[in-house]
Amino acid sequence: MISTWIWSRLPGNAWIKALIVAIAFVALVAVLFEVVFPWLEPYLPIQDQTVEGG
Amino acid sequence: MRVFDRILGIVGELLIAAGVLLGLFVVWQLFYTDVQAGRVQDAIIEDFEDQVGAVTAGGSVSEDGVDLETVETIPAEYQFTDDPPVLDEPAHAEVFGLMYVPRWGEDYVKPIAQGTDKPTVLNVIGIGHYEGTAMPGGWGNFSVAAHRTTYGKPFTDIQTIEDGDSVIIETADAWYVYEVTGHEIVLPTAVEVIAPVPDQPGMEADGRYLTMTTCNPRYSAAQRWVVHGYLKYWAPTGHGIPSEMVEEVS
Repeated sequence: MISTWIWSRLPGNAWIKALIVAIAFVALVAVLFEVVFPWLEPYLPIQDQTVEGG
Repeated sequence: MRVFDRILGIVGELLIAAGVLLGLFVVWQLFYTDVQAGRVQDAIIEDFEDQVGAVTAGGSVSEDGVDLETVETIPAEYQFTDDPPVLDEPAHAEVFGLMYVPRWGEDYVKPIAQGTDKPTVLNVIGIGHYEGTAMPGGWGNFSVAAHRTTYGKPFTDIQTIEDGDSVIIETADAWYVYEVTGHEIVLPTAVEVIAPVPDQPGMEADGRYLTMTTCNPRYSAAQRWVVHGYLKYWAPTGHGIPSEMVEEVS
């Protein structure tokens, strides 16, 4: 399992591992919200508000 | 079977990760884009007001809206119906004006920039001007688009606009007060709504129109909600703000 594999390789006791996981998750969300999603969204046809031919 | 179990376990974990990712995307799209765009749009409005605010004497309009205590309205002798000053089309993504819609509250103000693409205008600045259509006050059809939902959602309450409502554009030179004449719901391909004479493609311009487009229904791209209007009057900046901005909207 990927999660158990990562967990077993994190340093420290369970509390420190949990802290590292939490920080990593927040960092991941920050990168997604500020960089990845804004870049991706214009390519998705989920909403448009202009009229255009074609 | 041990190998099969392990593969199944990993597939399961990947599916959970994909689910979390999609969930995060929805949260970002529906909530966080408003936070992001709201910040940027407030800063843009402040910048624009710093530039033109100096000449908007008597009117203390800020990013917080109209201060009713100190405001002066434009007297009748400065309300003109002759040829207004019309800006040249600016560079792409350049902010050239602000839009006020009294129906949406006296604090409603959003920036308007050149172009209607999402990455540089609609997702960032707010309202986008269709390239090639008339500029504010221009002969023809001043046409703009904006998001109905997400990214600060400038046109979120478009369905509340009624005939006779005012839509007011402020540029560095002038105020342009448009009166709404109606709305229609069309397919996304209906480019005739932004023709020089709305809905009459090929016709020579015969007036000073306004057209606003946004998506319909909310959270969908199936149709466009389109509002039309015409220029009621214009006024040079520096003599207060249009009285329509402070009047009670019925």
